[in-house]
Amino acid sequence: MNTSARHSVRVQDPEKRIKNFDEVSLGFDEATMLAEADRCLGCKNAPCRKGCPVGVDIPAFIARLKENDTEGACATISLDTLLPAICGRVCPQEKQCEAYCVRKARLGGSVAIGALERYVGDYALAHPSEPKKAAPNGKKVAVVGSGPSGLTCAADCAVNGFDVTVFEAFHKAGGVLVYGIPEFRLPKEKVVAGEIAKLEALGVKFRLNTVIGKTLTIEDLQEEFDAIFIGSGAGLPKFMNIPGEGLNGVGSANEFLTRVNLMQAYREDAVTPVYCGKKVAVIGAGNVAMDAARTARRMGAEVCVVYRRGREEMPARAEEIDHAEEEGIKFVLLTNPVEIIGENGRVTGLKCVRMKLGDPDASGRRSPVAIEGSEYVIDVDQVIVALGTSPNPLLRKSYGKINYSPRGTIIVDEDTMSTNVDGIYAGGDAVTGAATVILAMGAGRKAAKAIAEKFAK
Amino acid sequence: MNRLLRIKDVAPRVKEYVLEAKDVARHCLPGQFVIVRVDAEGERVPFTICDFDREAGTITLLVQDVGYSTHKMGLLSEGDFLHDVVGPLGNATDLSAYDNVVLVGGGIGCAVIYPQAKLRKAQGRPCTTVIGARTKELLFAIDGFRDNSKELLIATDDGSLGVKGFVTTVLQQLIDRGDKIDCVFVVGPMIMMRNVCELTRGYGIPTIVSMNSIMVDGTGMCGGCRVTVDGQVKYACVDGPEFDGHKIDFAEVMNRSGFYREHEQRCRLRGEGQ
Repeated sequence: MNTSARHSVRVQDPEKRIKNFDEVSLGFDEATMLAEADRCLGCKNAPCRKGCPVGVDIPAFIARLKENDTEGACATISLDTLLPAICGRVCPQEKQCEAYCVRKARLGGSVAIGALERYVGDYALAHPSEPKKAAPNGKKVAVVGSGPSGLTCAADCAVNGFDVTVFEAFHKAGGVLVYGIPEFRLPKEKVVAGEIAKLEALGVKFRLNTVIGKTLTIEDLQEEFDAIFIGSGAGLPKFMNIPGEGLNGVGSANEFLTRVNLMQAYREDAVTPVYCGKKVAVIGAGNVAMDAARTARRMGAEVCVVYRRGREEMPARAEEIDHAEEEGIKFVLLTNPVEIIGENGRVTGLKCVRMKLGDPDASGRRSPVAIEGSEYVIDVDQVIVALGTSPNPLLRKSYGKINYSPRGTIIVDEDTMSTNVDGIYAGGDAVTGAATVILAMGAGRKAAKAIAEKFAK
Repeated sequence: MNRLLRIKDVAPRVKEYVLEAKDVARHCLPGQFVIVRVDAEGERVPFTICDFDREAGTITLLVQDVGYSTHKMGLLSEGDFLHDVVGPLGNATDLSAYDNVVLVGGGIGCAVIYPQAKLRKAQGRPCTTVIGARTKELLFAIDGFRDNSKELLIATDDGSLGVKGFVTTVLQQLIDRGDKIDCVFVVGPMIMMRNVCELTRGYGIPTIVSMNSIMVDGTGMCGGCRVTVDGQVKYACVDGPEFDGHKIDFAEVMNRSGFYREHEQRCRLRGEGQ
């Protein structure tokens, strides 16, 4: 048995990378890929698959890699996932597939499944194969939103012979992959644009600047299309409802990241402005918080992440937390903001209270409670709030026939992703609330399968 | 890409653009807005839809040259294209509950009340309209407002047309002469909207304002346009753009609206240097 320890991917040096927006992780080279693939034990019961939300046949694609048959690995992985180059980069592998790897505890650490997936995905992007698709079946599918769930549903429907149009509200396709996740974690040209080009090669049409529920209604779509998939994303950014949130210098991570990623406001010559302070506090500890913190760092700020629970509870991907720390971002844990302080309408400080872990709550997590009299002020000139989102009311207001949960997410049948309205399907964050790329992709895939089955009858 | 069909100067530094936007024209209602990007590198700028023609598939925007993007837009000619137009965004103005409405417009804000005047006239419930500017050259669409209002009143700071004073001067006169006013809908500079709200508050007249907030996506995603209304965070793009003027935190809104002014100035200088 191969007894070597898990191989690390190459990364840009922290000193260097905080001065650029280029990708941090450089992935495996061929030799390291082969060495890492060789560590996979090829378990028959494949526990890793259980940890994958879409059940990618991990041992099978790694078996191809072991033989240095990357082409074959591409073919194998494509049976289960459309976006390996993206998921290899952004999935929380340490909580999913890699958490179940039998090598995890004793045999030198879990196989680096995410890094291997990325290797395969990048190869597929660099070596596009002639798309295989069924003969046109004369049926039309509308996909609302061009994020991970929409792109996946669109691709699968196109492969099955449907005539697919994707509607996107922004002037650029990709959803959260272009406005949310930064370039240094997910390269836009190489990866996202590459995936979209693959869809275009499959005949998928994109209609940008089109807000469904506004520019066109669901009824308009129903007239022209046989099925509709709604992947409209998460929604309105949450704020803390504490005094001072209306001050200049306070904003959502969504706004900050959209200005920087989509509108390229980090460039000297950009037309769209972005404010980035010298001392920035990011509230929250999820992936979006890490993205905002590391973006502000690259724009020259000293950054701290303020989180009311402890390090173990931080919901972000382990790799992002490590990278953020390497980049000099301070974690101010067990600390909760109570007020934003300002002068002349601008932020000058963040008043916080220290927290301690109390008794376990209903979810079993020990919930943080404030320590009385422990208030203190952190000196900052910008506060970025990254505490998640609440569902967007836009579509619900314009089309009332779909059933929504009390918290405003779309209710679907979990097997088919179909809503209560015949021919309308939904998936991604619009259904789950803010979640992961892989879950959204899985939902898009399920819906595409249900759509294909509906029209095969 | 959206073609500019007609461009007309309507006041110094204010141009009227009629452009192709078939789907927007089909669904839009008075009070809604679009977001425009002038070119491939452009920022996303919101403009109220001032008029529309569903059959022709066109919308009309009134644009005041105040910054980099509006200046660039001013350099375009008929037949040129805007790179992106998305909309209609926001909610339509809803004054249907009120019989006696006074529309108040200041500066470019007149572009927002104009379609409302037209709609009310068409519904057979015309409004009294008050428009104001620093001086008469800055006023536009006077004939259009006159044709579509029960009565048109004008205020200029220098007295070059109508009453010498502000729109609040005229509004006070309407109240003093005993006009029945069920609702005031006011759109213009923040300071003007605030002053109107302060006046009407004393008389208990419901007053609606339209927020021209900083925004990026215009669909509820970025939160840049948030305003505090009655202590609650609201989003101008999906909850507005119109709100109860007596409940808006104007001090906060006025502070926030100036946030990017410095950058805008830098950008503008660069634009003019080209």
